[in-house]
Amino acid sequence: MSSNPHASTIVAGSQTHYTRTAVGLHWLIAALIVVALVVGWTMTDMPVSPQKLKFYNWHRWVGITVLWLAALRILWRVTHRPPDMVAMPAWQRIAAHALHGVLYLLMLAQPISGWIYSNAAGFPIVYLRLIPLPNLVAKNPQLAESWQQVHETLGMVLAIVVVVHLLAAVKHHLIDKDDTMRRMLRWLP
Amino acid sequence: MNRVAVKRAALLVLGCAALSLVLAEDAGIDLPHSKITATFKQESVPVEAPFKKFSGHIRYDASNPAGASASIDIETGSFDLGDPSYNAEIRKQAWFDSSSFPFASFRSTSAKAISPTRFEVTGSLYIKGRSLTVTVPVTIVAAGLSTAFDGTLPVSRKAFAIGDPTWNDVIEDQVNVHFHLVNASPSN
Repeated sequence: MSSNPHASTIVAGSQTHYTRTAVGLHWLIAALIVVALVVGWTMTDMPVSPQKLKFYNWHRWVGITVLWLAALRILWRVTHRPPDMVAMPAWQRIAAHALHGVLYLLMLAQPISGWIYSNAAGFPIVYLRLIPLPNLVAKNPQLAESWQQVHETLGMVLAIVVVVHLLAAVKHHLIDKDDTMRRMLRWLP
Repeated sequence: MNRVAVKRAALLVLGCAALSLVLAEDAGIDLPHSKITATFKQESVPVEAPFKKFSGHIRYDASNPAGASASIDIETGSFDLGDPSYNAEIRKQAWFDSSSFPFASFRSTSAKAISPTRFEVTGSLYIKGRSLTVTVPVTIVAAGLSTAFDGTLPVSRKAFAIGDPTWNDVIEDQVNVHFHLVNASPSN
């Protein structure tokens, strides 16, 4: 093992960090997911009030923002080579890839399930009060009930996956003391 | 059979026919085929919700459109936003106050033909103890054996004190009441 793990993974022709665009999108989407989860869990328990309606709309707008940012990010990911992974056991590499795959999938699936649920419940989405989005399904109370379950379950799964992702990154940084986390946070000590 | 018996039988038939016509006219609105919904905007989002219970009469004769009349009663407590907590809210005192004012009503006072398929009805709209004179254009649509009357009536929430003012920045003042009212067919 090199005494300078920061330099140990530099391989000719590869990068050690994600591009600035990828890093920006990662942290922006991360923040928006946290906001959407917190607002989402808060609003459902609120008593009927104007604030509750506002929270629902904010939640929708944040979710739709995650959706198009995630689409942009996936496009960026497939057109820009990510930095190489640091050396780690194969099972960890496979687990990391699987978790990232699930995260990408949920970044798309969770907003879309919310969009369908909202439309089925009779609420079209008017993005930022400006852009009316097309209805994915017609109003249908039974459908709304099923999609509410899907949306709540995926929300729970997303929260768990985010926490696992975060714990794994912190574990790589503090326990393995490797460069995994520096790929996304280059100024980390 | 003598002539008197024939006359009596003829009168009886005529009487029955006349009675059935009167009954047909009085059969009222065919609820399962009719619809009254309200659309409003909450933060630019158009939301539509139905009134599940209403009743009334529409009298319209194509040869005398100016003689048309309408009388509609809507149960305010039947407004269905699709969610029990919002349905409870809308029935509260600040909104429909359904326990004190269970009905919103329209009583026509005059009608005017615009075209063979359109006429205008003027009348009083009673909501929550207040009354306003409104005029609404109505389109006549054939609906099977019967006739349907379609139209939209814009209503200001403020004019009838519907809604706590704290909601004004999320829910627009104007609510559009859409109706598709079918007269019960004579065969019913």
